Amino acid sequence: MSAPLLETRDLSVTFKVAQQGGWPWSPPRELHAVKQASLRLEPGRTLGLVGESGSGKSSLARAIVGTVPVSDGQVLWRGTDVIGMNAARQRAHGRHVQMVFQDPLDALNPRMTVGQIVAEPLRTHFPDLSREQIRRKVGAMMERVGLLPALINRYPHEFSGGQCQRIGIARALITEPELVVCDEPVSALDVSVQAQVVNLLQELQREMGLALLFIAHDLSVVRHISHRIAVMYLGRIVETAAAQELITNPRHPYTKALIASVPIPSPEAERARHRPVLEGELPSPMAPPSGCVFRTRCPIARASCAEAIPPVTHIGNDHHVACPYHSETAPPAQ
Amino acid sequence: MFATKSVADDLAGAAPIKGRSLWADARARFFRNRAAVAGLIVLMLVTAFALIGPFIAPWNNEDIDWNVLGNIIEAGRPSLESGHWFGTDPVGRDLFARTVQGTQISLLVGIVGALISVVVGTLYGAIAGYFGGRIDNVMMRIVDVLMSIPYMFVLILLLVVFGRSLLMLFIGIGLISWLDMARIARGQTLTLKGKAYIEAAIATGVRPFTIILRHIIPNLLGVVIVYATLLVPSMIIYESFISFLGLGVQEPLTSWGALINDGASEMNNGTLWMLTWPLFFFVITLFGFFFVGDGLRDALDPKDR
Amino acid sequence: MALLDVTDLTVSFDTPDGTVKAVNGMTLSLDPGESLAIVGESGSGKTQLAFSILGLLAKNGTAGGSIRFDGQEILNLPEAKLNHIRANEIAMIFQDPMTSLNPYLRVGDQMAEVLMLHKGASKRDAFAESARMLDAVRIPDARARLRMYPHEFSGGMRQRIMAAMALLCRPKLLIADEPTTALDVTVQNQIMELMADIQRDFGTALILITHDLAIVAGSCVKTLVMYGGRVMEVGATDDVFADPSHPYTRGLLNAVPRLDVPQDKLETIPGDPPDLTALPAGCPFSPRCPASHAPCAATMPVQEAFGAGRLRACHAAREAVA
Repeated sequence: MSAPLLETRDLSVTFKVAQQGGWPWSPPRELHAVKQASLRLEPGRTLGLVGESGSGKSSLARAIVGTVPVSDGQVLWRGTDVIGMNAARQRAHGRHVQMVFQDPLDALNPRMTVGQIVAEPLRTHFPDLSREQIRRKVGAMMERVGLLPALINRYPHEFSGGQCQRIGIARALITEPELVVCDEPVSALDVSVQAQVVNLLQELQREMGLALLFIAHDLSVVRHISHRIAVMYLGRIVETAAAQELITNPRHPYTKALIASVPIPSPEAERARHRPVLEGELPSPMAPPSGCVFRTRCPIARASCAEAIPPVTHIGNDHHVACPYHSETAPPAQ
Repeated sequence: MFATKSVADDLAGAAPIKGRSLWADARARFFRNRAAVAGLIVLMLVTAFALIGPFIAPWNNEDIDWNVLGNIIEAGRPSLESGHWFGTDPVGRDLFARTVQGTQISLLVGIVGALISVVVGTLYGAIAGYFGGRIDNVMMRIVDVLMSIPYMFVLILLLVVFGRSLLMLFIGIGLISWLDMARIARGQTLTLKGKAYIEAAIATGVRPFTIILRHIIPNLLGVVIVYATLLVPSMIIYESFISFLGLGVQEPLTSWGALINDGASEMNNGTLWMLTWPLFFFVITLFGFFFVGDGLRDALDPKDR
Repeated sequence: MALLDVTDLTVSFDTPDGTVKAVNGMTLSLDPGESLAIVGESGSGKTQLAFSILGLLAKNGTAGGSIRFDGQEILNLPEAKLNHIRANEIAMIFQDPMTSLNPYLRVGDQMAEVLMLHKGASKRDAFAESARMLDAVRIPDARARLRMYPHEFSGGMRQRIMAAMALLCRPKLLIADEPTTALDVTVQNQIMELMADIQRDFGTALILITHDLAIVAGSCVKTLVMYGGRVMEVGATDDVFADPSHPYTRGLLNAVPRLDVPQDKLETIPGDPPDLTALPAGCPFSPRCPASHAPCAATMPVQEAFGAGRLRACHAAREAVA
């Protein structure tokens, strides 16, 4: 296997939250959004990251892109640590890693024209380009993502949600990055438009050899677009495997519950679906359970789960699980 | 819930289509608002009065009309024949010329004050809000400290110690006018910071000051402009108050506040015009600014559509 | 007799940018105890349809046509009569429960108030009934929870409280507008189970409004597909999913990835959801429709009945769609 494009090693993200009712100088409480996450992403591949709200998947993505500070661990880009770079080199690194956001309108400055928005990364990283060169590149990129180049002087509010997402994608791709982090890129879009954007991302990946980190709560979409999938729960990666393997042979009890909860757009499949309703909701990340974070909702939890954090173990077939009892229940009927 | 989005035309046009910017939208909305347009017209007329007035006034604002002196109540009345269209003041100077001159000073004070607050306050607030953390803490505590000083007292002290001059007045007003604006700009910046387009810019590697100038300030401007139009009248009121106390601009220069003060002190002598003329301009200008400010707020903040 | 009969309903709004035509001639009927899913994207008019049934249209909205509930015309009724119907006969659950819960009042007080106001119950009885209802929606330790404020509950719990409040007066019809959209998938599962239980235990008719076909598949007996304020097709859920008779339904079904079957490439519906200020004279889906031909943009197809109680509105032949 060649060196991965991106690797995170025991990456942790901690936010400081001011204490309620405390003095201005009282020490803030710590919120562990991501705890010791290790991921690998190969060039040209897609890694899906799923989890419910509050699982820390967005924080992990932002730590990789560099918009939230990493409190511990490493982010390696082709083997070099990004976290240790000085500010100028980190900014220059931004050329290789771009991001696509959830709410397409929120991600576009309402006072700038589409052309200015798409050109911004170019102007940042290639200040020597002439106006004409920038205009040509922007026009070509707009065409590539399915927007008419004639709309270059329009403003974001004049476009529909799907078109705004295309503008966001054009901005992310204009510097020809090697990795695009997509944070819930389709969840704010209409069902009939989602497929357009998913297909566009796949086409662009093939053409440009992009690696994608695709974050979503919708397991069906993630499965469709990803080569590998990592499942997060309360800041920790609990299971990683190839997409097909993870869906058909989930080992972690949380992954199993998650897969079983996903409704399927087919009445027969729904009638056949065994629905083990997962009790309760996500505990507060301010006070995660001791030991295994999932034990409070886990159907196979036992006393020992509260004692130690289960290590991530390789169980063959490039399948990694953070549950020592992963083999004790049969996989749910699919 | 029906925020009507104009779906971009799918017509393939060869030439780039000109977009409708939010500013253009706001302009259209502003001109649909009758009260705001009326306010704007009033302000334009008052400005024209201040600019053209000196050229059409038959009298100079410094000259005393010896003919009326001693008989102000009769001869100093507003009249077309004598050329004292607005009448004269208690010492026989032409009130029209003095009102024109006072309008110039008052508008200047208001606009300079608002301008300082827009430039200094917006930048200060945007920088504090954008960088956050300790920088924000220090910068905003400075604002708090400056705000806790009784500014009227400081202003009076400045004018007494350094002498009454227009420059001192500007310095004094400039010192205090930006504080509120800095707070408003900081608050808005904190909201904007959560927007994904700021994050996109950071992720791309755009420099912090470029982000402030390109992404934050243009999106602050709506709020800032609205607040600035409401700040102009309050600056005029400050100045008037200072002048009313007799600490404002020095004779022969005058301002609305000084004129109103003069007029008020003569109120019981049957020369009411000395009060009503400057007061009239003062009031319509304030109303004009309030209406325009209101109209701008509605125009620039389309949320309630 | 049908519980709800909507005939040729139109809803439009006057806005500064023109007239927004949200609903354009909707006809549907619902029997007592029946469950109907209304599927549509943004701009389909599905929420405005629900609002007009409840008389909750915004001030600038006008509604025409007829809505009969239990044999009585309820469209454009005076507010006082509507209040009575809203309290006792039809209840609604919204996407965001916090919009309908007062954050400054205890949950118990809010629930009891409903009963005291509409049923004239005593305070003691009202609280007892409220606790029973919280129990029914599987909120553990219901008595103690009555003394809590809405913000002390999680999203899923709040949605349960909303359901409990909606059921307090034993309505004959429950309208749920995207009840699970803001929730995580494991919690969504819990709420959909709850909806099924409510239907079974209370015999309430249910209208589930959603954009998510997957939820519909497992929950409702009948499915109605809306687009641009019009009915595209109606039928038993099994039939609609197995044999979609409208190009739009077909497109939607093919556009969503399925977890159980891997797909190579998703089929797409080109274009964007409709602009309600500028709908075509004919079928609103015609600009995006693969089967669109000459008459589509000009005239709206008449509803055609076929199969087991199914309806479709499409100029294209059924064979051409399937």
